[in-house]
Amino acid sequence: MYLATTGRRDAPPPSAAGGPGRRVPATVLALGTVSLVTDVSSEMVTAVLPLYLVVGLGLSPLQFGFLDGLFNGAAAVVRLLGGHAADRGGRHKRVAGLGYALSACSRLGLLLAGGATGQIVAALAVDRVGKGIRTAPRDALITLSSPPHLLGRAFGVHRAMDTTGALLGPLAAFALLWATADAYDAVFVVSFCTGLLGVLLLVLYVPATPAEPSTGRRINPFGALRSTAFRRILCAAALLGAATVGDSFVYLLLQRGLDIPVGWFPLLALGSAAAYLLLAIPAGRIADRVGRRLPFLYGHVALLGVYALLLFPARGPALALVAPVLILLGAFYAATDGVLMALAAPELPEGGRAGGLALLQTAQALTRLLGTAGFGAAWTVWGPGQALWAATAALLVSLAGGWALLPGTPTADPERPTA
Amino acid sequence: MSPRVKLAVVVVAVLLLATGSLGYVLHSAHRGPQQAAADGSFTLEGPGFYFRDTATGRIARLPLGAPRGARTGGGPVCERFYAAGDTVVCLRRDPGVPPRAYAVILDRRLHEVRRIAVPGIPNRARVSASGRMLSWTVFAVGDSYATTAFSTRTSILDLRTGYLIKSMEEIPLTLGGTRYHAPDVNYWGVTFARDDNRFYATVSTKGRTYLVEGNMADWSAKSLRENAECPSLSPDNTRIAFKKKVSDDPAAPWRLYVLDLTTLGEHPLAERHSVDDQAAWLDDRTVAYALPGRAGRASDVWTVPADGSGAPELAAEGASSPVVVR
Repeated sequence: MYLATTGRRDAPPPSAAGGPGRRVPATVLALGTVSLVTDVSSEMVTAVLPLYLVVGLGLSPLQFGFLDGLFNGAAAVVRLLGGHAADRGGRHKRVAGLGYALSACSRLGLLLAGGATGQIVAALAVDRVGKGIRTAPRDALITLSSPPHLLGRAFGVHRAMDTTGALLGPLAAFALLWATADAYDAVFVVSFCTGLLGVLLLVLYVPATPAEPSTGRRINPFGALRSTAFRRILCAAALLGAATVGDSFVYLLLQRGLDIPVGWFPLLALGSAAAYLLLAIPAGRIADRVGRRLPFLYGHVALLGVYALLLFPARGPALALVAPVLILLGAFYAATDGVLMALAAPELPEGGRAGGLALLQTAQALTRLLGTAGFGAAWTVWGPGQALWAATAALLVSLAGGWALLPGTPTADPERPTA
Repeated sequence: MSPRVKLAVVVVAVLLLATGSLGYVLHSAHRGPQQAAADGSFTLEGPGFYFRDTATGRIARLPLGAPRGARTGGGPVCERFYAAGDTVVCLRRDPGVPPRAYAVILDRRLHEVRRIAVPGIPNRARVSASGRMLSWTVFAVGDSYATTAFSTRTSILDLRTGYLIKSMEEIPLTLGGTRYHAPDVNYWGVTFARDDNRFYATVSTKGRTYLVEGNMADWSAKSLRENAECPSLSPDNTRIAFKKKVSDDPAAPWRLYVLDLTTLGEHPLAERHSVDDQAAWLDDRTVAYALPGRAGRASDVWTVPADGSGAPELAAEGASSPVVVR
């Protein structure tokens, strides 16, 4: 699927060092495959978990809602720890592998928990810990195995494969439930096996990072902050993160504004994921050509477009509003998620890359949570319309700040000034 | 390891894992998809104690006043069920890709009157005494990446006018005497009064739950008190059975209480187990509810006197969604 898009004539010229210029490195494809398989595994469980809790076990799911905030906070801490551990001695593969293995084993925990609430919560927590641990080392591996001028495309390919898995997982899970007349344990077993396969692929096909010369030195987990350029990227990402309202609010506003048939509701997230999937690689390629700063900023302009469409809904059939909103939302993720990693990685020393990326991801995740909570509060006080205006104003201010903060990318084609 | 050996390892692993998965799936698939409609002979026309048989997922009946009598099975497949007047509401899930769920409205001869798609997992269902007003609650799932946050969505259907309120969360709400707005309001567990206008429900916001009294005619709701979930109005409309949160222990948070609507005084019922159900009044003296089942059964239906006296009695093994039809 991917190979068809390589080696096009518009690909940037190979680096002067004669590195693998035209192809996405094998390690990135391997990591993409691992992510695809792992996402099939984890999204299978995510998709059926609510049904399992309510229908399978007769639990009241509102009890689980409050744990979400706790999990999110813990995931942020774990992510920082994972990044730091990976940097010490270049153990990216081992730390990422541990994360994948933990998540795979959590399915077994769900299977063995039966109806015990405490064990279910523990299994879900293990899954989140695994996810938190692996993200930064994995992204660091992508940056360490790709030539800098192809980072955007490498992340685009990885994120596209990752999202493919996320789209396939729920389909597989519902097909299994349908075929087995609601045998949730079968879903957990298949998810566990798929997760194990992901770990095996990682072990076999992802090379370990070469031992760092700086192994003996103590690494400061916040050492990345010494780089001015990285500090600016971090501030810009945090600033823009605080101006996002969260997908669930976008879907809720869409649904309220349009009175969408209820059957469509689960399809909204699928739609934006599909747009993300299709746009991730083009966005990465563009980022490699024009510098990663502009796609990152224009991605947030796409989010601004989402807000505008929600504020001034077009007349006409529901699809005429839903489709552009979902495409813009997908474009927002395609142009900001992997691209942000590609933007920041060159500013980080190789020995501190996982820690730096973890810091960046954590800052973005926490400010996005803050933004979502703030939007919820604004909705409570002013109602949805005013809250959306406030979010739009905040995003405009953040965009201006981001434009001023972000440095021009030195890895971009030097003959093509970036701004 | 050479590329060829690696590939061989992957192929062997895929074969092993696929065989294991397939074996487990086939082992679990002993129950095939089943017919959802009732057998031709089963109706709700006769009086009886009706409930959902958890072994088959179908509605079944016991003769009134004879809890040890012979069980008649073969009703429609429902996740949650209720009946009153000439109306039966059956919340049903259709497995598939993606799975769908419906509120199926039937008459007592089990002819389908209307079918409405519902956006989530069936949870509560009620019909007013006359059979005119219906309400159901489903758990809606925010299916964003790795989210376990749930919300409820409660619909109300006026069967006489055909008017459907898909989600009642926009109802103007007065909380503690002041008009209240919040995006996080969730309603569940509606119960209707005999006039087909007044109703009671639970609203939750900011982590607290309130009992609200609603009015269909002027479409408004006001809170009566805090900490009262899944209200169920007695046939004489003077009392409400509800579940009250009495403990922070997630394994046993609730206890059944009855609230007197004239004095607003409450008393606990004799059931000491945590009840997560919208109770159903069998008559003005007794309520029925489901508890997690014993001996591997999914759930059992119990009854207990509504005045707080006596002791719980097992009414039906392997049962949920109890209702008495006269």
